[in-house]
Amino acid sequence: MLKVRVIPTLLWKQFGLVKGVGFDSWRRVGPVLPAVKVYNQREVDELILVDIVAHQSADDLDFESIDEFGQDCFVPLTVGGGITRIEQVQKLLRAGADKVCVNTATYTCPELVGEIAKRHGSQCVVASIDVRQNPSGAGWQCFSHAGTQPTGREVCTWARELEGRGAGEILITSIERDGTFQGYDLALVEAVAHAVKIPIIASGGAGNYQHMVDAVKQAGASAVAAASMFHFTEQTPAGAKAAMQAAGIAVRRSFVENVSK
Amino acid sequence: MRVGVIDYGVGNLGSVMRALEELRVTPVLITRAIDIHTVDSLILPGVGNFADCAQLLDEGGWAQALRDEVQTAGKPLLGVCLGMQLLASSSMEGVADNAIEATPGLGFIPGRVENLRTLGCSLRIPHVGWNGVASHTASGGLFDGIPDGTDFYFVHSYAFVPDDPAHVLATTEYGITVTAAVRCGHIWGTQFHPEKSSRAGFRLLRNFIENPTC
Repeated sequence: MLKVRVIPTLLWKQFGLVKGVGFDSWRRVGPVLPAVKVYNQREVDELILVDIVAHQSADDLDFESIDEFGQDCFVPLTVGGGITRIEQVQKLLRAGADKVCVNTATYTCPELVGEIAKRHGSQCVVASIDVRQNPSGAGWQCFSHAGTQPTGREVCTWARELEGRGAGEILITSIERDGTFQGYDLALVEAVAHAVKIPIIASGGAGNYQHMVDAVKQAGASAVAAASMFHFTEQTPAGAKAAMQAAGIAVRRSFVENVSK
Repeated sequence: MRVGVIDYGVGNLGSVMRALEELRVTPVLITRAIDIHTVDSLILPGVGNFADCAQLLDEGGWAQALRDEVQTAGKPLLGVCLGMQLLASSSMEGVADNAIEATPGLGFIPGRVENLRTLGCSLRIPHVGWNGVASHTASGGLFDGIPDGTDFYFVHSYAFVPDDPAHVLATTEYGITVTAAVRCGHIWGTQFHPEKSSRAGFRLLRNFIENPTC
């Protein structure tokens, strides 16, 4: 049986990890490498690592840093931030990424999703969508460039388009809930999960284990991502999995070698 | 023991190399087909599209070199994910929906590669995440020390259906029963990613490296 994944999201800016509220008010969390090492030792299900300022820079991606961060990561690693060209994807896979996460480029050059899917397979492309609720309260609009630019796209229509172009998973983030500890926007996650047939990773707002249970049981998420909750509270991915298991959700248990076999 | 990792232009090579280094093996990245004879065993990774990868294998001379070294000379081979699917006779991936002709693979293990949806899976596709693997009792050394039901990391939309069920070494459940590992003599393959399956994956890779003829 497929297990529900608990995924720490690591946001990275220049020299270290950061975390904000509503994609703003960034707080420094600490260096990247030790965080990757600790999560690897604790056997988290997967890691998402996003360079949040790469899209502002004219330089190419920082492949050397990715290579260094991936050195001690033996669980799946999704890398994102500033990806605009297919050539960058093979370099990231060589540097230790297993999947790539694209966001802004899906609006500026939508063909990129299809190009990555054709070359590296759909399973390699995680399409990230950042949204804010419409002022009327009905529906959500997609934002690009780390949540700063409205795109005019409605989230469900856009999710279906990305699925059609070859995305293998959707990482759906509520900008308003980000860093608030108020819980995922369950209506949003549910709407997107209904709109597409590819797996959905819920993101933005997780503050306690129950929020993760709700995202899976009520909203139909295939995986749950969190950052602030793991950075700034005593809660851990292992604790989240124990709570989810207690709620009847299948989660991965650590490998125990069978010495008699 | 020299373990060669085949670099034919695709795949999460960084992850595969690092997992082997972690096992204190010195992996050799093989970038030219003519260097394939310099190693004792081979790993064929793969993250990508079957049709494109099969073409890359042909164009780079890899297909012929693999036939010589693996089929003729008997060198152990482990195909991972798409690398396992490439061992099949043919695949429907990258083929137009109405096409009759499938894309040929290496043909080391007779069988075809089909979309999970075509095979009857009604769950979300791709199949992404950790899933329990049941190894069949006579599976031999690849799953030594790995209890049934151990979770491995999968990420795929297509699955290998060997012609001979005896070549299926392990399975997983995702709406349907999916081939998780195959074996035909000294040729092995895993649909999941051992290099990304943490300690369970290390154990499997160690089994392959230390006792590939088991």
